[in-house]
Amino acid sequence: MIAHTIFFYTFSLIAVFSSIMVIVSKNTVHSVFFLILDFISVSCLFIMIGAEFLGMIMLIVYVGAVAVLFLFVVMMLNVAQQKNQWFESRTGYSHMPIGLIVGLVILFELIIVVGGWKYKPNLISSSSININQEVTNTHSIGNVLYTDYIHLFQLSGIILLVAMIGAIVLTFRKRSGIKRQSYTKQISRERLESVQLVEVKTNEGVKIDD
Amino acid sequence: MFEYLNIIFSEIYKILYLLIPILVSVAMIVWLDRRVWALVQKRRGPNVVGPFGLLQSLADALKYIFKEIIIPASANKTIFVLAPIITMTLALAAWAVIPFSENFVLSNINVGILYLFAISSLGVYGIIMGGWASNSKYPFLGSIRSAAQMVSYEVSIGIIIINVLLCVGSLNLSDIVLAQKKIWFVIPLFPMFIIFFISALAETNRPPFDLPEAEAELVAGYQTEYSGMMYAMFWLGEYANILLMCAIGSILFLGGWLPPTEMYLFDLIPSPLWMILKILFLFILFSLVKAIVPRYRYDQLMKLGWKIFLPLSLTWVIITASYLYYFDLLPTN
Repeated sequence: MIAHTIFFYTFSLIAVFSSIMVIVSKNTVHSVFFLILDFISVSCLFIMIGAEFLGMIMLIVYVGAVAVLFLFVVMMLNVAQQKNQWFESRTGYSHMPIGLIVGLVILFELIIVVGGWKYKPNLISSSSININQEVTNTHSIGNVLYTDYIHLFQLSGIILLVAMIGAIVLTFRKRSGIKRQSYTKQISRERLESVQLVEVKTNEGVKIDD
Repeated sequence: MFEYLNIIFSEIYKILYLLIPILVSVAMIVWLDRRVWALVQKRRGPNVVGPFGLLQSLADALKYIFKEIIIPASANKTIFVLAPIITMTLALAAWAVIPFSENFVLSNINVGILYLFAISSLGVYGIIMGGWASNSKYPFLGSIRSAAQMVSYEVSIGIIIINVLLCVGSLNLSDIVLAQKKIWFVIPLFPMFIIFFISALAETNRPPFDLPEAEAELVAGYQTEYSGMMYAMFWLGEYANILLMCAIGSILFLGGWLPPTEMYLFDLIPSPLWMILKILFLFILFSLVKAIVPRYRYDQLMKLGWKIFLPLSLTWVIITASYLYYFDLLPTN
């Protein structure tokens, strides 16, 4: 039990510290690295409470894919040079109100979540799903996800699909005058249609049209 | 208190029992790689240091240790030093769940295959961090390339893993191996094995997909600014990753530690040796590919990943699932 407590406090301290560093650190790339550290320690916490499937999926999806793309964009923007412009901008504190509103909304939601914790025992007893301790949690998630919540599951899939198509449509531009490689064309090229014997007259040359 | 110490020491002993052979075999595998490469090109390869040149990697390691570690003045020092460490740690951490026989496994966790997949998807960070922290053009370009490449090929590897999991019904690696007692998955899922093999080449930045370190265009990619032991750590991590991919391949498709059939002669060979033989077989395929195939162009690489492998493996998921469903073979418990 002691080891469990030590691990819990280590991971949660790292999680809290790194999420503070995400906001505080001046270099944007460092922020992203701290965000990754935060994800990793949160997934370790998931594993510690026995939700191993959730923890691993968190690692694969957030750390392995989302954060890589994040890092990709941040590195390409080269934001490291515009250090801390938020506080030094000439317009003063004009964007502060928006930030404050967002912060307040998040604080409000957090309070509701923490308050809802009080009713958790009632909620668990009222739900129709009975949790079987014998089954591994991968199985139990699968059992619930594909039976009771199948419509919600498919709905979220459709939302993701629509978002993906939307992103492609927004960034897709048809440019003219690009030469594209076509494997079938290349392979099916024959000697007869590509090589031509031309008789060149002296002092006239050949006109090449391609 | 002493109980805890006892547990800790026995765990450390177990870890060393696994890690030291792996590190030694990584050194040996580098020698094997160079030897195979040389044989294909009708050269001799490393044959001077020790018998058959077996100690060549040791000599190389000594050379790297005695070389000076140079950190560029404009580099981001913390991340620059962290990058090779992360690459190597991740490559070695993944070995914790690889089963060498029914009992010989460091930690037999429920979600073993997901753990392996997560660790191998984290491997990209070593490369990105190294490339970015060097603060130089070639390493940066190399790391950007590798980030895009590894993320794209992970998708198809994930879907191939789903194919296998459909036939097994468990995420545990030992269960995956034991499910192949009747038939290795390489036979019913042969096209997936080919795609897995090619994706593994791309995932580990091996030729013909070694664009992150394409020496003709990018000097040495993300490793350009590294020297001495730090370079050696990148190099060790890379080869440990390659071995890991071979191990995953042999667990998913070649039946792990299981012999081909139940036969007295086959049972004489201990099961860890079967596993090692399969890993070696896959690795020799890897190095043959390196020697034979020319490097891909970047747009061809992306086209192969997204337009060919992804649709193909997705279709195969549907085929496998419907076959299992129709013939009532779905594993349930």
